[in-house]
Amino acid sequence: MSKWNLIINVGRCENCYNCVIAEKDEHVGNDFPGYAAPASVSGESTIRILRRVEGQAPMVETTYLPVMCNHCDNPPCMKVGGDAIRKRKDGLVIIDPIKGKGRKDIVRSCPYKAIVWNEELQLPQTWIFDAHLLDNGWKRPRCQQACPTDVFEAVKLDDNAMAQKARTERLKVLLPKLGAKPRVYYRGLERWEACFIGGSVSVEASGKVDCVAGAEVSLYQGERKIAVTKSDDFGDFRFGGLPGKSGGYRVEIHHSAGTARRDCELNESLYLGEIVLVPTHRTPERDPSECVTQKS
Amino acid sequence: MKKIVLRTILFALPRVLNLTAWKHPDFRRRLKQKNCTAFIGLLDGSIGLTLEINGGKVRSRNANSVEPDVSLLFRDLPTALKFLMPNPDQGDIIHAAKNFKVITKGPDPLVVWFMQTLNLSQTVGVSMGTPMAEGTRRFTTCTNGGPLFVYVKEGRILRVTPLEFDADDAQGWEIRARGKTFRPQRRALVAPHAMTLKSVVYSDKRILHPMKRVDYDPDGDRNPQNRGKSGYVRISWDEALDIVAKEINRQKRVHGPGAITFPMSSHHQWGNVGYYLSALTRFANLIGFTRVAANPDSWEGWYWGAMHHFGNSMRIGVPAGYGGVEDCLKEAELIVFWSCDPESTNGAYAGFEGTQRRLWAKELGIEFVHIDPHNNPTAQLLGGRWIPVRPQTDAALATAIMYVWAVEGLYDKDYVAGRTTGFEEWKAYLLGQTDGIAKTPEWQEAETGVPAKDVRALARKWGNRKVYLAAGMTGAGFGGAGRGATGQQWARCMIMMMAMQGWGKPGVNFGCLQLGTPVDLHFYFPGYADGGISGDLMWTGNAVSNYQRMPHILTMNPVKQMVPRQQLPDAIINGHASGYLWDGISQEAQFAPFTYPMPGYSPIHMIYRYGGSAFSTVTKSGRWIDAYRHPSIEFVVNQSIWMEGEAQFADIILPACSSLERWDIGEWSNSGGYAHHGFGGVNHRVVTLQHKSIEPLGESRSDYDIFTGILERLGLGALFTEGGSELDWVKRVFDGSDLPNHISWSEFCRKGYYVVPPERPDFSQPVDMRWFAEGRQKDLPEPHPLPSQFAEGFGKGVQTPSGKIEFVPEILRRHTADNPDRPALNRYIPSWEGLGTTTLAGKYPLQMIATHSRYSFHTSSDGKNSAVNHVRDHRARIAGHDFWLLRINAVDANKRGIAHRDLVKVYNDRGTVICAADISPLVVPGVVKSHEASAEFKMVDIGGEIVEIGGCMNILTPDRPQTRGTSSMSPNSCLVQIEKWQGAEEFKLSRADTGIAHE
Repeated sequence: MSKWNLIINVGRCENCYNCVIAEKDEHVGNDFPGYAAPASVSGESTIRILRRVEGQAPMVETTYLPVMCNHCDNPPCMKVGGDAIRKRKDGLVIIDPIKGKGRKDIVRSCPYKAIVWNEELQLPQTWIFDAHLLDNGWKRPRCQQACPTDVFEAVKLDDNAMAQKARTERLKVLLPKLGAKPRVYYRGLERWEACFIGGSVSVEASGKVDCVAGAEVSLYQGERKIAVTKSDDFGDFRFGGLPGKSGGYRVEIHHSAGTARRDCELNESLYLGEIVLVPTHRTPERDPSECVTQKS
Repeated sequence: MKKIVLRTILFALPRVLNLTAWKHPDFRRRLKQKNCTAFIGLLDGSIGLTLEINGGKVRSRNANSVEPDVSLLFRDLPTALKFLMPNPDQGDIIHAAKNFKVITKGPDPLVVWFMQTLNLSQTVGVSMGTPMAEGTRRFTTCTNGGPLFVYVKEGRILRVTPLEFDADDAQGWEIRARGKTFRPQRRALVAPHAMTLKSVVYSDKRILHPMKRVDYDPDGDRNPQNRGKSGYVRISWDEALDIVAKEINRQKRVHGPGAITFPMSSHHQWGNVGYYLSALTRFANLIGFTRVAANPDSWEGWYWGAMHHFGNSMRIGVPAGYGGVEDCLKEAELIVFWSCDPESTNGAYAGFEGTQRRLWAKELGIEFVHIDPHNNPTAQLLGGRWIPVRPQTDAALATAIMYVWAVEGLYDKDYVAGRTTGFEEWKAYLLGQTDGIAKTPEWQEAETGVPAKDVRALARKWGNRKVYLAAGMTGAGFGGAGRGATGQQWARCMIMMMAMQGWGKPGVNFGCLQLGTPVDLHFYFPGYADGGISGDLMWTGNAVSNYQRMPHILTMNPVKQMVPRQQLPDAIINGHASGYLWDGISQEAQFAPFTYPMPGYSPIHMIYRYGGSAFSTVTKSGRWIDAYRHPSIEFVVNQSIWMEGEAQFADIILPACSSLERWDIGEWSNSGGYAHHGFGGVNHRVVTLQHKSIEPLGESRSDYDIFTGILERLGLGALFTEGGSELDWVKRVFDGSDLPNHISWSEFCRKGYYVVPPERPDFSQPVDMRWFAEGRQKDLPEPHPLPSQFAEGFGKGVQTPSGKIEFVPEILRRHTADNPDRPALNRYIPSWEGLGTTTLAGKYPLQMIATHSRYSFHTSSDGKNSAVNHVRDHRARIAGHDFWLLRINAVDANKRGIAHRDLVKVYNDRGTVICAADISPLVVPGVVKSHEASAEFKMVDIGGEIVEIGGCMNILTPDRPQTRGTSSMSPNSCLVQIEKWQGAEEFKLSRADTGIAHE
């Protein structure tokens, strides 16, 4: 039995809000009996876009994460909702717009905070994957249709094929430990979860400071060298994909113009700032500025 | 023979009309609206028909037995036939009207009604829209953010979606670059504000009835001092239109021409017929008015400065951008975005069409650098090196880059020698030979906050490489950096940088893939600035093509008096103002001042305002409160769709309807006029019929119908309408374009849009300035500069006295020698409101930039409980009110005890606005970033302090022009202080936090 799944391409979302506005357009003022009652003009949207900004000027990275009802296979809301919520054969989860009336408890039951409360109609409401449109021949939901950068990809596959796809393409779900078994997958979720350590290499010569391109920059965790890169034309280097709150690291920089090293603690992404090379003919004494911890 | 034809046509007419009524309920309803008799025939009465319309039925009457209410009289037989035969030639009809070969008699409203009814009989039979499943009908429209499908069921809009092409629509273009083939998606990538359309149409802030201010009595006390304070009472359309028409006549009689002014906003909802440069201009010309001379707001810096280096005055001083997409994808190594954020500003009207193309560039490995005080959405999406520059110091950064190029030889010496003049003088300035200060990267560091090392690195990465400079909104001009004290200095530097790098050579040009798609540039469809139905030949692009392709009766405003837009409130309060013209006809037009009032004309006493955005789009906009309340202003009409902004300051409010409630026609991203070939921003040229999808809400009416109602009372209805309704004009626009060669009217009405096939692959679009770099004749398809503006021969060289790019413009040498603000030799002069103005900066230490909003097109989608209120990147809901955002760095926030989403007071000597804090590293310390164009204007008294809570940041901006000798705006030279709002608790207590109610 082929079922609906959604894949979200992390890193392609630019926070344009077309998806959120399309969702409001679909549901405000429209009643879809059996699927969803009208959404409220001023209520919360059922699609949210979370924002994560890492680093400090000039090295910042911003990631946007659209989140919505995951249409879980093991939905926490159904445990609370009883017969007010049903799971369709094609995988979609629908809160009944009549039986759900007054059930504010259903809102609190979702660990993903995907259920909004419609105060005017006293109803819990979610993103219904535009089930009413899919049932009428649409091949994809409105968010996908409105998105300019192809963030969303609705796929209809049987569970085995989808599991295979998730494995091959390293798709992830949110809060997997809850065991809710979401049908919304994220491609490239590392960008939302992982951290970076970066810096900008410079050197002083003849009274002028210049960026150092092509410096060899190594990242150590303890004694283990875990990555190597080269600084670019602005002297910038960046080690990505690091787990947050992962303790101490050391950065070592080597170039014909000199060397430098920094120790740091990684909580959230860390921009070490400008790192001035010490010319190699000088003894590299331990310098207090070499030890950098996370600025709050 | 011809007599027989005419007799036959007239004989059949009553039957034709009755048959049409029998078939079409809309026409039946129309005929029932009025009873009248009409004579149609020759002036001498020898051939004619008297029609009687009564109770919805049409019959012929004996000509002698009745005096007709209305007559349509033709001087001769050929003229009559030209009018009455099928498919009349509009040129013949207009000529006949202008030369009195056809005349109408009768009360103007009845003449208009009768002629529109005859026209309706021709159009009512055409089926509009495409029927879909379950009783839904699909219509089309276009917006400032792109074209949409509009689905209607049972007279209500169900949804709007981005337009998508089907298999029958033309195939698009493809570009091959570096071993890859790129084809654009077959759907319209529209902006978020386009998607809000249904929500703004059904907004609970719609004005549904005409209204009169309770303490305004046109025959007694007018109480101007209460504007903005008093409430309104509902009145009938007749009463409202009577008051307006009577006031127009009284103004002319008592004060004379010039007493009435129409402050027009820069934009409108999309559509060639209803646009302010179309219907509103036609209406205003028939009344006579003091023109509000707009400053070149989009082009500041380029118009006053850059154009003197290279020309393009008809483009208001910005580059053209032809061929930019293919050239950049094939050749460029790096794109430097400078005050350029297309993910927010969409190249104005092109939605996200350019986004797709920039992602191709990323795929090809083209690198990006972003110079902006804000790590803007474009930088966030594309990545690349961010260079945070302090607001309004860009010219210092640019100068230092050019210094590095000069001393390290990183510039195109052949190009400079052969294609430019004045480089030696510029180089001497860079090296410090002129003023003893070498413009090194170290020199600029204290001004800009950009480390010297980064400036050198950028200069070396850029110099003598194939780099696209993306300066301003389209990458080829505009930009927030141009709208401040140093705007001209920056724009001038952009031209000089490109001149040093060989502008026009492969991979060396302005742009960021936002302009220059390989669409067919030669398919004719007019843009919104091309004249529309205005009849105006002086102040629109009408004379170029539209006036010939769509013949219509010309209109002229006989009032020569003008008032500069940014100084309009001062002109009212102080009684005088002076300014400098925005006029692209030449580079010289900007030097002569004009003054208000002008001898021979009355000062302004009546304001007819369309829309209400001045509070958040004009600098130091608090001035407007006093202007509206000034005793010299005897009457204020506001014609608006929503109750917001300035509408609350009117005496009479006329409810206009949205574009979905009336007929129009428009092409995506086609402004025409001053931005020739603007559709080079979209991947496919799409012309849409903008269907009237639903009936107007409440008693609202289309602008066109409101204007007709007023003009009918002045006997001008027939002249304004030419006997046609909006749909008749839409058909005339259609007929006058190239569309009929490709699609029939009935098919266009059914389907709603036409996709123009791209240019033939073997006719590749010429690249902007390639001809100049190669020393050839100009080969760009643009009708400028004017023939007299070439230095030596037609098509040779650029529009400068030498024909070359001038590092030290001769035109400035000639005309601004006595103006130290506008030196011929460009130099960095720090902002008159910046960190260098230490006394002011001591009180207000933060630099604020308020740029274009992403989620609204100016005010059109903001506020009014639209879907945009849900956008957390736009407003924050706190205590049930949607506060405007202010983006702050954590360092500045922590110093002041401000947390994320706290309410903050933003203030300076000009006013106080309350915003919600958005704290992130996306702005650097010392800079706060917000947006302009809040639709809501709301002053409240909290704790004895009057603050503005709608989000009108322009209350805080200076009204000073960039430099002496210009009428230019400088909102981005603005110092403010912020603090955590002490009134927040009282505000929250004063509001029930229901999460539902809005004022």
